[in-house]
Amino acid sequence: MASKNCIRVLSVAVSLLLILVFSVSAKSEQKVIKIGAVYPLTGNIASTGLDCKRGVDLAVDIINGKYDLDLPLAKSAGLPNLGGAKIEIVYADTKGDPKNGMSEAERLITSEKVVAMIGAYQSAVTKTASQITERLRIPYVCSDSSSPTLTERGFKYFFRVSPHDDIFARDQFQFLKDLEKKTGQAVHNVAVLYENTEFGSNAGKAYRKYASEFGYKVVADIAYPANATDVTSEVGKLIVSKPDVLMHASYITDAILFTRTFKEMGFQPKGIMTMAGYIEPGYLAAIKADGNYIIVRSTFALDLAKKKPLVAKVNELFRKKYGMDMSENAARSFMAPFVLAEAINRAKSTAPEAIVKALQDTDIPGNETIYPWKGIKFDPLSHQNIYARGTLVQILNQEYVTIWPFDSASKSVVWPFPAWKGRK
Amino acid sequence: MPDQLLQQLADGLLIGLMYSLVAIGLTLIWGVMNIVNFAHGEFLMLGMFTSFWLFTLFGIDPIFSIPICFVGMFVMGTLIYRFIVSKVMKGPVLAQLVVTFGVSIFISNLAVYFWTPDFRLLPATMLQGTWQIGGVDLSIPKVAASFGSVIASVSMFFFLKRTKTGKAILATEMDREAALLMGINTERINSLSFGIGAALVGVAGAFLSTYYYIYPQVGGLFGTIAFCVVALGGFGSIEGAFIAGILVGLAQTLGGFYFDPSYKYAIVFMIYLITIWIRPQGLLGW
Repeated sequence: MASKNCIRVLSVAVSLLLILVFSVSAKSEQKVIKIGAVYPLTGNIASTGLDCKRGVDLAVDIINGKYDLDLPLAKSAGLPNLGGAKIEIVYADTKGDPKNGMSEAERLITSEKVVAMIGAYQSAVTKTASQITERLRIPYVCSDSSSPTLTERGFKYFFRVSPHDDIFARDQFQFLKDLEKKTGQAVHNVAVLYENTEFGSNAGKAYRKYASEFGYKVVADIAYPANATDVTSEVGKLIVSKPDVLMHASYITDAILFTRTFKEMGFQPKGIMTMAGYIEPGYLAAIKADGNYIIVRSTFALDLAKKKPLVAKVNELFRKKYGMDMSENAARSFMAPFVLAEAINRAKSTAPEAIVKALQDTDIPGNETIYPWKGIKFDPLSHQNIYARGTLVQILNQEYVTIWPFDSASKSVVWPFPAWKGRK
Repeated sequence: MPDQLLQQLADGLLIGLMYSLVAIGLTLIWGVMNIVNFAHGEFLMLGMFTSFWLFTLFGIDPIFSIPICFVGMFVMGTLIYRFIVSKVMKGPVLAQLVVTFGVSIFISNLAVYFWTPDFRLLPATMLQGTWQIGGVDLSIPKVAASFGSVIASVSMFFFLKRTKTGKAILATEMDREAALLMGINTERINSLSFGIGAALVGVAGAFLSTYYYIYPQVGGLFGTIAFCVVALGGFGSIEGAFIAGILVGLAQTLGGFYFDPSYKYAIVFMIYLITIWIRPQGLLGW
């Protein structure tokens, strides 16, 4: 009997305490602004999705807390114009599938009531997810998908911070021209290799376009399925076509598989220039020294810190939080929450129309970003960031080193691609 | 160009033999129990991770972890049969269909939880490098895996045809009721076949880990191809799976090389569709 009474007293006490705690927290509760984020958190490229999530989570920490950094809203806690409201990210898993991107975006908007959307890394997924946000009139700020078509649709609610593959492809050919001028080594032709979904096929299109514009012959034009068990036929085709330079747009699994097969079959062009897959942290962790001398397009590299102290400070926070260096993916996904929060703060409202209007007026100076850009300002029609540009990094000694544009390079490029045989 | 033809033929054969090795375990389970083991790809992944961890933690070369994978996966297969699959064998057909699907989702997500979705490659092991024979580059780990595949297929073949237990498995495959009447403990045969099926794919995983990247979802890719190989070769037929594996490998590399790599899997599945249209029981099925 005594014990029963004891439990009764205890449970009353606990519930009283709970009521107290909740009423106190309710009183001091600030407004929370929910932003939806769609990323591939499980499935084939989950490692990439989790990497993007790290960047986003750190950005939210900086927005919600007080930090002495030159980033938008870093110095204040939360959004000052909305009474210090905090940003909360609601994640949804796309599993890397455009269908899920669509349904999860819809769920986030209708049942989680998010006021804006970010994500989804894979262009094919961003494409479907942004169709939903456009239909439901919710602003979408993307800083990690690179297919050019995303900002060619004339969408009213879709904005992109990062450069797209058309810019990147152009950069790679510009690099070849610059290189020829600098070293006197001639490049005559290129082979174009790309995975066959939204991202790869559009990158392939851009490669072909600029090859003819810059006057290089395309000796092989190969599309392949990204989820492959074996790529010997693709590499066989490449070897037969004998290109001077290979241009490759891939995701991570195929990047690993191709690098191994290049080495195994002794595919030996003068240069291997790539997009996406080769710059993910999982790539070098898996492939190690075999990744050396490959050139990748990039928006970010840790050696930017030499010219931009902000990069080192952000990376320091990143290291503290996750015990690893910031990767290119994390760095790209990092910016979208800032752009959105800054716009919402200026709009002083979470109404979609107000946010979109504020985004159109966004003008973040370059020194408040972690990229080598002049800033962030959206084109009034396409909503593409007009200042976004790419750099090229080369894997040297298993690190990504900026090698182009030559004036911001921290080391000079190793060219031609050293022979596979005889490497350590 | 002729060099490349030989190269593609050789690579097709090598990857094809790998498909065979993955598929024979699946065809055995399918033949005996008439259930689709959707978790087959995940068993392959477990084999790969076993080999990876044995190397990383204890420095055991994958070539020596093959027997460990065989035994370990045999035990795991038997346990999964005893505690999960055998329970639903008495239930409705739909339950039998989806049970291994559930197991597969469980295993792959557990692997993500424990080992993260990162990609891993084994560093240089005893099996590495390439042989150059007459202008053709042969990857040594792939050649070793192909030998493994041939040995496994041949020994399975003789095990089924020559030993008493093997004959009991074949009898159960052909007619469960009659086998039961002849005094064969079909429950034991079921559990044994599930174990052997898992053990064989465990071996495939150990070989595959020497040259392929390892991550929790790796099974999906190989699993799908294994289903195609089993259906093409004939349900339950070891010889069929062996030949079909090679066919699929060759179709994939030659198709990809002479047509368009985008369509290489389409070519594989077209061959499969045409075959089952003409011979629904598969090449060597009955």
